[in-house]
Amino acid sequence: MTDPQRQIIPGSGLTNTPDAYDIEGRDRAQTRPVIPLGQKGYEGEPKPRMGFFTDTTVCIGCKACEVACKEWNHVPSTLMELTGNSYDNTRDLGADAWRHVAFIEQRKPIEVAQEAGVTTPATEGDGDFRWLMASDVCKHCTNAPCLDVCPTGSLFRTEFGTVVVQEDICNGCGYCVPACPFGVLDQREGDGRVWKCTLCYDRQSDGLEPACAQACPTDSIQYGPLDELREKANGRLEMLHEAGVDDARLYGANEAGYGMGAFFLLLDDPEVYGLPPDPEVVSQKFKSLWGSAAVAAGALAVGIAAAFIGGSR
Amino acid sequence: MSEARPRERSVSEEIRGNGQGEMRSYYGQPIIKEPTWEWQIPCYFFTGGLAGASSGLGLLADLGGNERLARTARLIALAGAMASPVLLILDLGMPSRFYNMLRVFKPTSPMSVGTWILSVFGTSSCIVAATDVLRIFPRLGQAAETVAALLGPALSTYTAVLVADTSVPVWHEARHELPFVFAASSAASAGAAATIFTPPEDAGPARRLLIGGSALEMAVSEAMKRRLGELAEPYEQEEASSYEKLANALTASGAALTAILGRKRHWAAVLGGALALGGAAAKRWAIFKAGFQSARDPKYTVQSQRERLESRPPDQRRTETFGGDGSTA
Repeated sequence: MTDPQRQIIPGSGLTNTPDAYDIEGRDRAQTRPVIPLGQKGYEGEPKPRMGFFTDTTVCIGCKACEVACKEWNHVPSTLMELTGNSYDNTRDLGADAWRHVAFIEQRKPIEVAQEAGVTTPATEGDGDFRWLMASDVCKHCTNAPCLDVCPTGSLFRTEFGTVVVQEDICNGCGYCVPACPFGVLDQREGDGRVWKCTLCYDRQSDGLEPACAQACPTDSIQYGPLDELREKANGRLEMLHEAGVDDARLYGANEAGYGMGAFFLLLDDPEVYGLPPDPEVVSQKFKSLWGSAAVAAGALAVGIAAAFIGGSR
Repeated sequence: MSEARPRERSVSEEIRGNGQGEMRSYYGQPIIKEPTWEWQIPCYFFTGGLAGASSGLGLLADLGGNERLARTARLIALAGAMASPVLLILDLGMPSRFYNMLRVFKPTSPMSVGTWILSVFGTSSCIVAATDVLRIFPRLGQAAETVAALLGPALSTYTAVLVADTSVPVWHEARHELPFVFAASSAASAGAAATIFTPPEDAGPARRLLIGGSALEMAVSEAMKRRLGELAEPYEQEEASSYEKLANALTASGAALTAILGRKRHWAAVLGGALALGGAAAKRWAIFKAGFQSARDPKYTVQSQRERLESRPPDQRRTETFGGDGSTA
């Protein structure tokens, strides 16, 4: 049983021993994509669901992920504007930014032991300043609303459990743009279609890790089978808590809610990083959405009929 | 090295509200993306709603023997059904690929469902008009008219599901009321259009539809805003506020004029109809703009989610896991 996906993943934080990818006997159902509505899952031979674990405590804000992503995926360059928001001149995820490094400057005393592996930025003076950096990306959700609402079938679920836009199908209707609770997708100017992270689908198919993960010099971005990443993240969280980093928390590291295929270890509230604190799973409201519309449509028909009471005059 | 030093402004901005119960955000930037839809979409909400309700009006007038009203309503339905796809295709990022909408039928996508409703409705409306004008195949014409009339209410209301099935706060949270606002507004516009183009002696049902639809449109949208509570704020700000006020003024005056003088004075029926028609259009614009405004400001996204997150027991939090094995069953 040698699956090419379980072979060495160069440069990742995961150990390269075959044991690390031994998933025999484990309950795969936990991380296989759940198909909530209709048929939109991958129906071929099942493969482990792959994802990202972004450990922001070791991010140094080098933006190598942004650059590697643009280079590999031919994402157009964007005119650089200086935002004045710390070192962030990318602003947000969008059609031309599939990785986005956030920079947050805070006044907060740092009392973290170096052993925890947390980067303590060089500070002058009283050392009460901390700099949070985090590389954001598409979450490749289990309950992906972009996938649900796409009217052309351009968005699809791959054999790796990820969500990808087919650029030869997309007609730029833009429905996925407001559907996404994370603001990941956007229409590309001058092109009209919608673009987002593919989790380097082409590289995955050849057993390589995504460009951003490979370029990350501190292993802040880790790629691998999702259930292993979740386990690893829990270990890392425990380690940080033991070291006294009480702020540390995981964001999206379980199947609840959207079931994020890319999740994060954060040091502050999600909204501080521009992430929604508790997004509602829009597609799970399917029944109530159509239910009220059906009643309203019926009421409209009755209303039109009622207008005829009293004759033509 | 001096460049690396954080600027005082950023730091003070960031600590503002830190742990003080105030809303926090990433430099005040929105969390979700504003829709990419342009003017064509609210126009389509109007034309689609108008066409949908007009088809029902046409069929019932036909069955009741009111031929003048039936023909007017049919032609209005046809005009709406013809304008709608043009508007929708124009709004696409790649209009030349509009046909990709027709390669799948996806019940999970209100836009896909709507595409098929509109396609069948449009085809039926064309058959109705053609058989009527050319006086051929009367049976086919009747069958098509029935199909269009049955799909009409769906065409008028599915657009509310379309906007509600997004992460836009004022749309998604109003998912129970929006279809009723759209239905009432569609009824008002269909009544208004038919009132304008039908002699007053035949336009009774159209006038009643105008008046009833207008009253319900205002009542239901008021109820929607009340239930939204703080989230209804976008309706009182910027462009949405202007459209909302315009919609209420036009709808109320149009309905009042039609009710008082529409039966006797033709000019009053035409003017009242035009006012109500404008009101129905402005209502769609108000809803459309309010959605954009609520997407643009992170507070509408963050505040309700933060409250929801904090009301959950720690082991049922979907996004934040502070300890344990992180598995929230």
